[in-house]
Amino acid sequence: MATFQRHRFTPWILLAPQLAIIAIFFFWPAAQAIVQAFYIEDPFGLGREFVGFENFSRVLTSGEYLRAMGVTALFSATVALGAMGLALLLAVQADRVIHGASGYKTLLIWPYAVAPAVAGVLWMFMFDPNLGLLSAGLESLGIGWNHRVNGGQAMLLVILASIWKQMSYNFVFFLAGLQSIPKSLLEAAAIDGAGPWRRFWTITFPLLSPTTFFLLVMNSVYVFFETFGTIDATTGGGPGGATRTLVYKVYEDGFEGYDLGLSAAQSVILLVLVGLLTLLQFRYIERKVQY
Amino acid sequence: MIRFPTSALALGVACASLSLSSHAATEIEWWHAMGGELGNKVDEIAEAFNASQSDYEIQPSFRGDYSETMTSAIAAFRAGEAPAIVQIFEVGTATMMAAEGATYPVHELMADHGADFDPDAYLPAVTGYYTSNDGDMLSLPFNSSTPVVYANRDILDAAGVEDVPDTWEALGEALSQVVDSGAAECGMTTTWPSWIQLENFSARHDIPFASHQNGFGGMNARLQINETAAVDHIQRLNDWQEDDRFRYDGRFDEAAPAFYTGRCALLMASSATLAGVRANAEDFEFSVERLPYSSEVIDEPQNSIIGGASLWVTQGKSDEVYEGVAEFFSYLSSPEVQADWHQFSGYLPITEAAYELSQEQNFYEDNPGTDVSIKQMTSVEPTENSKGIRLGNMIQIRDVVEEELETIFNGNVDVQEGMDNAVERSNDLLERFQRSNS
Repeated sequence: MATFQRHRFTPWILLAPQLAIIAIFFFWPAAQAIVQAFYIEDPFGLGREFVGFENFSRVLTSGEYLRAMGVTALFSATVALGAMGLALLLAVQADRVIHGASGYKTLLIWPYAVAPAVAGVLWMFMFDPNLGLLSAGLESLGIGWNHRVNGGQAMLLVILASIWKQMSYNFVFFLAGLQSIPKSLLEAAAIDGAGPWRRFWTITFPLLSPTTFFLLVMNSVYVFFETFGTIDATTGGGPGGATRTLVYKVYEDGFEGYDLGLSAAQSVILLVLVGLLTLLQFRYIERKVQY
Repeated sequence: MIRFPTSALALGVACASLSLSSHAATEIEWWHAMGGELGNKVDEIAEAFNASQSDYEIQPSFRGDYSETMTSAIAAFRAGEAPAIVQIFEVGTATMMAAEGATYPVHELMADHGADFDPDAYLPAVTGYYTSNDGDMLSLPFNSSTPVVYANRDILDAAGVEDVPDTWEALGEALSQVVDSGAAECGMTTTWPSWIQLENFSARHDIPFASHQNGFGGMNARLQINETAAVDHIQRLNDWQEDDRFRYDGRFDEAAPAFYTGRCALLMASSATLAGVRANAEDFEFSVERLPYSSEVIDEPQNSIIGGASLWVTQGKSDEVYEGVAEFFSYLSSPEVQADWHQFSGYLPITEAAYELSQEQNFYEDNPGTDVSIKQMTSVEPTENSKGIRLGNMIQIRDVVEEELETIFNGNVDVQEGMDNAVERSNDLLERFQRSNS
């Protein structure tokens, strides 16, 4: 205690750079967004009118916004589960490989180094309805591919691209988690007659739960915010709003439509939603985690 | 120890910098959205202007696509750092017009800064989109185009179609022939569906896209495309989609490759796409045709309307800068510069003189198809319905319309319902625009 009291200001000084960054790049813009959400304003900032909660009620009663919520729920759940499930499967397989293990690992980690927009462009070219290699392949199999008019195909495309992008990140963490599980536990279970399936569900999976929980939180943030680049580069939210997630709608209304009040109200709502989701995750799922 | 005459040196440096700054040209920033070859051409134009005089220096700067350029210019204005000249696409016109304290109308700029400016020298079909109701030019048209039809003649020959029909009715039969004979798997496709199949369709048939002269008459304009022949036209495209006479291929220019690869016989696209068609149509003959019209709606079609962008001047700069801008705009409007830009890019000339100069240079004879767009624009006097479209939040409205067209074409709603939704949602945006600007 005594030492801490003597250095009452030192911790603050050491923390100051980090706090300043958070204040300037997070709290200040967030406060601006909250203020803007209560105004209707022209794009150039020449005049603004205080409208109370009108922007919020417009957002929450608009059919497009509710639809975007549905799209986001489907998209987020599929991408988060898909990216984590596939990464776990690959990590378990890679963990068992002995020859050329580092080669496989490098290849599996590679996609993480690709920027979301680049990943989007890559998938867009492969599935371009007129020029794409894969769409041509599908057509030769008798499956017509045109994600510019078919909403289901567009959704499938952004889900695939987003899973592919995030899988590597999850893979790294799962692999590290697997490697820290003591082999003796698994061997003991094997001697007791537990098969690979049983060993995985009763030993490996519970011991991985801190990693899984961490990844669940990170993937939720990823699907809500960082998939923007992928969606923008592949479908632009279309066709007919079929792939327009909440964060994409914030961008559309704010940066294409210059409706700052409406866009700000949506970011505030999104902030609250993701905050609640994270809270729920910590409150209910974290209890099941075995550290 | 050597004593360096620092004070003398400092004096010398100060004098040098003083003399430099007294002769330095006034710098004028120009933000634009012209990438690639067009961007190089913009740099070339600026360099030629800078070399032609020593008082002003135009500094062009590429800022991404149209939407990004407009967003960054608005953000810069809010931060007090706006460029003197910014290129804004046609759908941003009403937003810029409504921002009265932010923009400096071109006709005022030219009058205030003594440039010789004759509004009658410009082609009304092009400048009409950017003039006020009193006929005053608000921004200088820079790159304007209008939709035309590109036809793959090899496919049409194979299908036994001799000429591209003038009317939608006859076109329907011709495209049936194309698809039924197996000459191509798809009849026609279109880029920019809202611009070509609704905004231009309405203009060409002299029917309103929106009330109050398409918005030229005031901010209380509302969309009317759910109660005109536009609905029948979308119904026609929807029917054609069933039997492959029409293929939907995206909101922007994504449809062009479907024409380049010979999948579709016809492409409706901007006249400025000509260079792209010429470069990509390597193994087939093509021709450029006027947009078809529906003989059930009109006997003689009206002009089509333009798309593209114009140059806006922002408020809050010094008189010197404005004098430079005025001089640059005069330079840009000169027949030689205009004719060169028009011939290079495929965009429409903005002055009568540039059009005449191109004729004298035999440009249209040497490059068949290049004058289809100009003739389509200038053959008749524009009406209230074909002067252009001036609606606030038009960027979002176009998105909404495209979106509803997509839900129609993917079969989620029927045509009338989709058009009603488009109008309802757009009118909501119009009301909101009216409020934020009153």
